[in-house]
Amino acid sequence: MLVTNLEIVPGKRVAKHLGLVQGSTVRSKHVGKDILAGLKNIVGGELKGYTELLQEAREEATNRMVEQAKAVGANAVLNVRYGTSSITQGAAELLAYGTAVVLE
Amino acid sequence: MWDLIIFVALIVIGYVAGRIAESRHYASIRKREKEFAGVMLFASRFPPTLEALPQQLVSGSVVVSDDYFKRVVSGLQSIIGGRLKSYETLLDRARREAVLRMKAEAKAHGARMIVNVKFETFSIPGRKPNSVRAMEVMAYGTALRSA
Repeated sequence: MLVTNLEIVPGKRVAKHLGLVQGSTVRSKHVGKDILAGLKNIVGGELKGYTELLQEAREEATNRMVEQAKAVGANAVLNVRYGTSSITQGAAELLAYGTAVVLE
Repeated sequence: MWDLIIFVALIVIGYVAGRIAESRHYASIRKREKEFAGVMLFASRFPPTLEALPQQLVSGSVVVSDDYFKRVVSGLQSIIGGRLKSYETLLDRARREAVLRMKAEAKAHGARMIVNVKFETFSIPGRKPNSVRAMEVMAYGTALRSA
């Protein structure tokens, strides 16, 4: 499965467009991590726990998108975009979407 | 009285630790920017060549938080408005860091260029208003390996 944020794949032709596929996940912060982050908030800098949390969540959203693409019989997802939105206090939704296609 | 002492102590800790962290981070950014200078970035949607090159989606992200000093100073500055320099440097650092992490991933795949680079900035909500102020900056794009 080719996942790319280009709209075309140089050297390959799109045989079939299968429409939009997407994957999303909602994650909440861990209370312990939140307390640590609160302490880190005094001195500033990177909050590694959050960086990892969001990366992991985004990976899961991408995997769900790829699953959906496989289910419709695609072999590539083009023009992949990411979106993030905050839902309630302490929770975020991560979204990945793209166009499922069959490449020759 | 104790409240005042704690407040001043937090400001001093925030200022000293924040300054040290910032100058160290900038030094590390400048060093790695030289190291990864070989990876070119393009914001254009299409690759500069239409050769069939192996491609890979790469991304880099970082979550940064401000320090106590920046928060107090920005609170005061926002009364009169204008530039908040302390936050400008914070976001500048975060964005450059995200780009560097993306470049590192691209380099690990043996790529020389990343096209269609997109940025995303997300402000992480705290549990309570004003609890944790953190921003996530993410950069992503398609890394092309030279044939």
